[in-house]
Amino acid sequence: MDYLIDVINALVLFSNFVLVPGLAYGSQLALGALGVTLVFGILRFANFAHGDTMAFGTMVTILLTWWLQSVGVGLGFLPTALIALPVGIAATALLVVFTDKAVYRYYRARKAVPVVFVMVSVGVMFMTNGVVRFIIGPDDRRFSDGERFLVKARTFKEVTGLSEGLAIRTTQGLTVVIAIALVVALFWFLQKTKTGKAMRAYSDNEDLALLSGINPDRIVLVTWVIAAALATIAGVLYGLDKSFKPFTYFQLLLPIFAAAIVGGIGQPVGAIVGGYVVAFSEVTITYAYKKFLIYLLPESLEPDGLMQLLSTDYKLAVSFLILVAVLLVRPTGIFSGRLL
Amino acid sequence: MSALTANPRLRATAAFAVMAALLVLVGFAQSWSLALAIINLCLISAIMALGVNIQWGYAGLFNVGIMGFAALGGVAALLVSMPAVPEAWAAGGVNLAFSALALIATIVAIIACMRLMRRGPGRTLAIVVLVVGGFFFIRVFYDPAVTAIEAVDSAKTGYLGGLGLPIVLSWFVGGLFAAGAAWLVGKVALGLRSDYLAIATLGISEIIITMLKNEDWLTRGVKNVTGLPRPVPYEINLQSSDRFIGWVEWLYSGRLADLGDSERAAALQQLVIENSSLFVKLCYAGLFTIVLLVVLMLSVLALNSPWGRMMRAIRDNEVSAGAMGKNVTKRHLQIFVLGSAVVGIAGAMLTTLDGQFTPGTYNPLRFTFLVWVMVIVGGSGNNLGAVIGGFLIWFMWVEAEPVGTWLMGVLTAGMAEDNRLRAHLIDSAQHMRLFVMGLLLLIVLRFSPGGLLPEVVRRQS
Repeated sequence: MDYLIDVINALVLFSNFVLVPGLAYGSQLALGALGVTLVFGILRFANFAHGDTMAFGTMVTILLTWWLQSVGVGLGFLPTALIALPVGIAATALLVVFTDKAVYRYYRARKAVPVVFVMVSVGVMFMTNGVVRFIIGPDDRRFSDGERFLVKARTFKEVTGLSEGLAIRTTQGLTVVIAIALVVALFWFLQKTKTGKAMRAYSDNEDLALLSGINPDRIVLVTWVIAAALATIAGVLYGLDKSFKPFTYFQLLLPIFAAAIVGGIGQPVGAIVGGYVVAFSEVTITYAYKKFLIYLLPESLEPDGLMQLLSTDYKLAVSFLILVAVLLVRPTGIFSGRLL
Repeated sequence: MSALTANPRLRATAAFAVMAALLVLVGFAQSWSLALAIINLCLISAIMALGVNIQWGYAGLFNVGIMGFAALGGVAALLVSMPAVPEAWAAGGVNLAFSALALIATIVAIIACMRLMRRGPGRTLAIVVLVVGGFFFIRVFYDPAVTAIEAVDSAKTGYLGGLGLPIVLSWFVGGLFAAGAAWLVGKVALGLRSDYLAIATLGISEIIITMLKNEDWLTRGVKNVTGLPRPVPYEINLQSSDRFIGWVEWLYSGRLADLGDSERAAALQQLVIENSSLFVKLCYAGLFTIVLLVVLMLSVLALNSPWGRMMRAIRDNEVSAGAMGKNVTKRHLQIFVLGSAVVGIAGAMLTTLDGQFTPGTYNPLRFTFLVWVMVIVGGSGNNLGAVIGGFLIWFMWVEAEPVGTWLMGVLTAGMAEDNRLRAHLIDSAQHMRLFVMGLLLLIVLRFSPGGLLPEVVRRQS
């Protein structure tokens, strides 16, 4: 019986530090990767500016949130940022549509090779980065408010009588709920609506789609707007969950690319699965299992080290290793995306 | 004007003349010390740009990880030149050696497994078991070694130190380090679509920087290693050297002759101090110029050789080059390694010039992106273009700060002194450099893809 409680304690501990954060982080990555994968599917290049697009959308949302907070508007236990979010999405959509008109369209018309697109997107990335740093500065910013926890560790302990607590932050719950809702909406859009079907047709075979009378400009526009919305939402959720810092968002690019490629780039389902694969690999590999093992193992076998596979500083390395493994073993990813 | 656009040689001469004039202008308007400091970094930037030009200009490979390769060069400077720390070696050397052996054994086992077993789930399982087992096996030795080494006088050392060799050697070693990393990345990412190399290089460079920041036993991490030995004299030694003082006296004899004795001694001392710093910078400039000329000469020779023609043929049409029997992936790997090695050399030179290794200062904007702007603005595929791009962009990068701050000052002059917006604008002026550089890159890419000195295409008549 005692051992059973130990096992339950171990599982609660694991949920608290691995499962719940992993789910939230995975949802954020999945939303980011969905944006990358959509742009790749329709415009056929890896968009390096995506991380900074996320940063831009989050920045607009933060600025508005601060203003709302200062005039005393709020959502009760939910973060105020949710009110500001639509404005952030709109501003980001305007930005990416403008970038497309000013930059990418020219190369599309000339049918430039993908590497030129990638390079141009790197240019856009640094410009967006410059704008974000110029407006909000390079420092860490926090903007979450409302109730911090859905489930408090102490309440959980009191209710269950266990010695380990399970805490679920509001932002974590919110992230998962919003991610699920968005994914359902996106799939419905892609599968059922005319525009969604046209997008899939265009992604599958551009020439055939053009012959069927699909308007490419419209497809591209819709893609950018959806990508902007996904990027902003992913960025705001990440910022609420952790904090906002332009450089972190630039670094998010690597796990997001890894997620998109692991799942199979150009495949929306793949982006979601890839997001969770990358997030859980990161969290499980950098988690210190000491306490977890103490619950499970007999006293004589108790570990003395932290039992951590890699220090948390090497989070990025985990995404990279996953990426390398996929490139070596199955370059098309789990769901057989397009071969990059 | 038409002659300028038509004749590549004239165009190059004009570009370099303008650049020289700009640097001389800085010398007169600001100070010669600053001008020389800019020139030194221009030279290093030019070498880095040459390395990237080899990858992009000759072969069309997009490397987004220049920062990582430059940092590998930097760590080479540290490992070659710093004196060894015998206590640290005594404390953790044996275990470290064992962990290295364990690493080699694991890699050999994995390779053997891949060679000997048939493809299938069995092999995949075996490789996974070997990777996981090897990881724990290595850490059995590695963890105590790291703890022991980092415990040795951690305020001053806490790392293994280096080999205590002349730092100039590290320029070669830095090239080798970068080449090794490039080989690994290229092996994985080349041969797939071009985007993969970009993503993989972005990843590896971030990871290299993370490692350099966190593996304190090797690099002291964010505690930095300062006081790297120099390949050139120290100012303080020059100032007490009779020969150098005599030389300054001779050089300024005209100006010194008019002064009285007491004034003369003071003036001479002042001149010696000023000139010692100039002399040190000139020595660096001389060394860097030699490296730049050697790399440039080799690049030009390579580009005009049959090998260079093959590379351009592959770049312009991979399919037909492949049909002619050229192994595209292998050539790409070769050129990716070569270009990265040049970047590594430049990275080692940069750390040599700084005299310290500070992993925290590597950031992708300054290292990766700026070098890209240099190559594109200078003229991709043209070696002289890369050099002029390196000079011009570094010059702009340095001079943009005073100009930007001044501009912000003028623009906000109407606002009150304590206006928060004004303070914010002036503080943030530095971030506009990024924006301006990004804009410059996009404009050149779109309206003048050849850059300042476009690639010269020689046609056989």
